[in-house]
Amino acid sequence: MLVRALKPPFAVAGEMWFTEDLSFSLNFTESVLMAADLKNIISIRDFDRDGLLEVLEKAHVVEQDLPAGLLAGYVLGVMFIEPSTRTRLSFASAMVRLGGEVLDFGDPARSSLQKGESLSDTVKTLAGYCDVMAIRHPWEGVARHSAQIAGIPVINAGDGSNQHPTQTFLDLYTIQKTCGGLDGLRVGFIGDLRYSRTVHSLVEALSFFDDELCFVSPGALRVPEHLLDEIKQRGVDYQEYDTPDEILSELDVLYCTRIQEERFADKLEYEQVKTCYRIDKELIKKCGAKETLKIMHPLPRVDELSADIDDTPHAVYFEQAKNGVPVRQALLAMVLGKL
Amino acid sequence: MDDNQNPVQLNVSAIRHGTVIDHVDSRATFQVARILQVESEENKVLVGLNLESGNLGLKGIIKIENRRLTAEEANKIALVAPDATLNIIENFRVVKKAKVELPEQIERVVKCYNPRCITNNQPGDTHFKIIGSRPTALRCRYCERVMKGNAILLK
Repeated sequence: MLVRALKPPFAVAGEMWFTEDLSFSLNFTESVLMAADLKNIISIRDFDRDGLLEVLEKAHVVEQDLPAGLLAGYVLGVMFIEPSTRTRLSFASAMVRLGGEVLDFGDPARSSLQKGESLSDTVKTLAGYCDVMAIRHPWEGVARHSAQIAGIPVINAGDGSNQHPTQTFLDLYTIQKTCGGLDGLRVGFIGDLRYSRTVHSLVEALSFFDDELCFVSPGALRVPEHLLDEIKQRGVDYQEYDTPDEILSELDVLYCTRIQEERFADKLEYEQVKTCYRIDKELIKKCGAKETLKIMHPLPRVDELSADIDDTPHAVYFEQAKNGVPVRQALLAMVLGKL
Repeated sequence: MDDNQNPVQLNVSAIRHGTVIDHVDSRATFQVARILQVESEENKVLVGLNLESGNLGLKGIIKIENRRLTAEEANKIALVAPDATLNIIENFRVVKKAKVELPEQIERVVKCYNPRCITNNQPGDTHFKIIGSRPTALRCRYCERVMKGNAILLK
């Protein structure tokens, strides 16, 4: 089973002796079943360990033996209301290399959204022109909402600071390939752990594996409490640190993130933390990092990760970006029922 | 106690027909009153605060004449007063009694606190999964944020 089973909901326990109609509770059942549908990739939260591994296995299959022409005749609609390079282009590359075509929504400033059209109307309209849709939007929950109304498979390409599940799959795929598996690792996260959706999604995913997680960030950018509560409940072993020096020598993977100016409501707060860390060759050497340490980054990077790491065996971030293609090929083929 | 045997007390504490919401956490009594919109109720309403209760310490109680609650109202009450009991009164007697219980999912009645959640930016119903009790914890189906206890915003 790819997604976690959801229990049927009930409105009120015990006798239904209230004066209302039952549609209140019955409506739940319908919408919950829609969310559990395999046709959409909305949140890592919808997957369990087996489900995650199944996607990775299919990405391996696609990468080993590309089934060219698998999605011939299908159209991917790409609706990005936030900037993107890697996600947008790797979705397009994935679709084209499987024989499909891409319909790009283009610049939102030149669309009907600019005329005041509701997001729901825009999604319903675009859904009529394509067979599967990838959506990125600054509002959180847009992909889940879109999946309910589109009538075609929807893939979340990032919703605010909530989720970015396809990035998580390619992150897992990269760890699996470069470290030989997903269990028994000590994985460090550094940078903006408060707002980074890639971090949130990956932490949730890794909580299904037997890993130790180390969070390095300034106090203002700690992992949100609700996420820590959740992984604590799953028995995940984790620690929080102020500086990378304290833990770098023990890590198998270091996942760096950019301090995202666009996520800060308070620009003063951003100015105070934007240059708090910089990972470079000197720091790696000074801290005695393992030779096998893999440094990852969802990119784009600014100052937090020095280019002098690029030519070391630690750097896997360009390979990571490249892995977006087979992973998204697998996901596209899966939601279209072709893999 | 048989309310019929004490007509003087009946005048202030008993209702002939209606609903008694009992075992409300005393601090949540006015929240429950707001949920039931008692300020616009035309029938008799009695609200008691800081009454002694074995289990709760101090409890609140609300009695509303000639009214039964909807499931939506009961669900809202369960969010703020998970120990509350609902008593249906007919001819001064309790004819049905039930504890409110948190549903597994709750739709419409709670507002997401996250200003960037789509439910606060587009028309549509909210939808939460109940993920914890005491304190009650809800996860928004859309933005996946968690709200707990007093932070839960009722619509």
